[in-house]
Amino acid sequence: MRGTPRGPGDGPVALPPVTATLIWILVALAVTGLYLSWTAGRLDRLHSRIDAARAALDAQLVRRASVAQELATSGVLDPAASIVLYEAAHAARQADEEQREVAESELSQALRAVFGEAEQMEAVREAPGGEAAAHELTEAVRRVPMARRFHNDAVRAARALRRHRKVRWFRLAGHAPFPLAFEMDDEPPAALLDRPTA
Amino acid sequence: MRIGIVCPYSWDVPGGVQFHIRDLAEYFIRLGHEVSVLAPADDDTPLPPYVVSAGRAVPVPYNGSVARLNFGFLSAARVRRWLHDGAFDVIHIHEPASPSLGLLACWAAQGPIVATFHTSNPRSRAMVAAYAILQAALEKISARIAVSEYARRTLVEHLGGDAVVIPNGVDVDFFAEAEPRPEWQSGGGEGQSEEARSSVEGGGGRRAGETIGFIGRIDEPRKGLPVLMKALPKILAARPQTRLLVAGRGDEAEAVRTLPAELRSRVEFLGMISDEDKARLLRSVDLYVAPNTGGESFGIILVEAMSAGAPVLASDLDAFAQVLDQGAAGELFANEDAEALADAALRLLGDPERRAELRARGSAHVRRFDWSTVGADILSVYETVTDGTAAVATDERTGLRARFGLARG
Repeated sequence: MRGTPRGPGDGPVALPPVTATLIWILVALAVTGLYLSWTAGRLDRLHSRIDAARAALDAQLVRRASVAQELATSGVLDPAASIVLYEAAHAARQADEEQREVAESELSQALRAVFGEAEQMEAVREAPGGEAAAHELTEAVRRVPMARRFHNDAVRAARALRRHRKVRWFRLAGHAPFPLAFEMDDEPPAALLDRPTA
Repeated sequence: MRIGIVCPYSWDVPGGVQFHIRDLAEYFIRLGHEVSVLAPADDDTPLPPYVVSAGRAVPVPYNGSVARLNFGFLSAARVRRWLHDGAFDVIHIHEPASPSLGLLACWAAQGPIVATFHTSNPRSRAMVAAYAILQAALEKISARIAVSEYARRTLVEHLGGDAVVIPNGVDVDFFAEAEPRPEWQSGGGEGQSEEARSSVEGGGGRRAGETIGFIGRIDEPRKGLPVLMKALPKILAARPQTRLLVAGRGDEAEAVRTLPAELRSRVEFLGMISDEDKARLLRSVDLYVAPNTGGESFGIILVEAMSAGAPVLASDLDAFAQVLDQGAAGELFANEDAEALADAALRLLGDPERRAELRARGSAHVRRFDWSTVGADILSVYETVTDGTAAVATDERTGLRARFGLARG
């Protein structure tokens, strides 16, 4: 056998080329494995970040629709505005996944149409309990774009990593669906943007 | 809420980021939140009770200047201990892309992480090389905040992704309620400087448009004092009573070297001044000039000047234009153009109505930078981020550490 050790006094034991190559291959495999496991961990963390961001976005959207619906049914607004707002808020809450982005964008447009003028907001504030409702609405329309930005940022990071060769070749993403950004019109009404009395 | 804030720069060295973090932490504490700030500091410097030292920062050359940074094994251990002891609901890291505590905290933490990007550094070669490592750390951040639209743009270009814009906060009332100092106000229009100044002490200053203020490092060319010095002869030729008040550290003789000798008496150096004096100076001057030539991502001094009711004339840097509402809340001049600066300054000094208008617009505009607004926005970000996590996620770093322990061994 070529691998038999030589006698003492021959100096340092020289490994036969095959064994040395084998060891190097094993080391390389181990390093690659660790690297892939680390990358998989990264990806896993990104996916859970997307889940958390999506849940947060969902919570903010539902909250916004609820406040809008409450205001629509409160009797503070004129009948036409009430109907427009109620319709949009209702549609946003009931929309299924495919229609969600469109429905939420339409709610943004309805909110902009109804609360486009500062006077309308003043009227809401003057109604009993209106101050609290106005505050909730302001918070909601400000947080939706925030939550959406955080969500889409997480999606972008995950997509960047998933497009990488190592992830595609070794199928590190498993069966997780390719993450999609949430695209919608989330521009808040102008009257709610400035908060001089904050 | 238990909030952990990571400050990347030495707590004992004054700087914009440090002040921002101090004010933010104190704002949250006033609201009843539990706040702990991790910052580099010498072990013997006295620290406020909410600051935890992460050890001494080491001066190293980085990005063209000497920066005091924290890194290495000891700092990393302190970061981990702080995260462990704090059990925070959310941690807020400042400047996560600089190789200091921010990046270390990013490595060691897991859970809801918010990060604020203050500077808009042009992409450095080191950052390109470290991109992969940096990306792995930065992708843990759940929410990014940029201090201005400009900072957000550079962030998007260099690192990808997106951020919400929340400006730096200022305690507007602190500046708005400061007492003006007569010797820093206009002399009342009599002309002769020395007599005018002494007569003011008795009579009280009438606002005639004679004092210009500048605050900033004298020997830092990017703060723009040389541009102002170049514009000064023209301003003085038309309005000889004008005085320039300069607050900031640096070599005063060197600063006035380019100025003709007979004009040098019109420049007064106040040296380093306290926060109170800064507010009083801004309350006193008739015009605040910010001739910065670059390197600004926000321009907190403009907000402070507007809070104090000083009409502002600033160079048209992106960040400045944004803070000044594209020129509606303060005037802008072409960057590094001393001629344009002189013309604009002369026009404003000679037009009390315009200055009163700017003062009123500035005071109204500046409310959005008040801590009550900015702090509430930052809190909204925290709540958005912690809302999403099923349970209150503390920083359980074991998985990550174990993986690295393995990888290193």
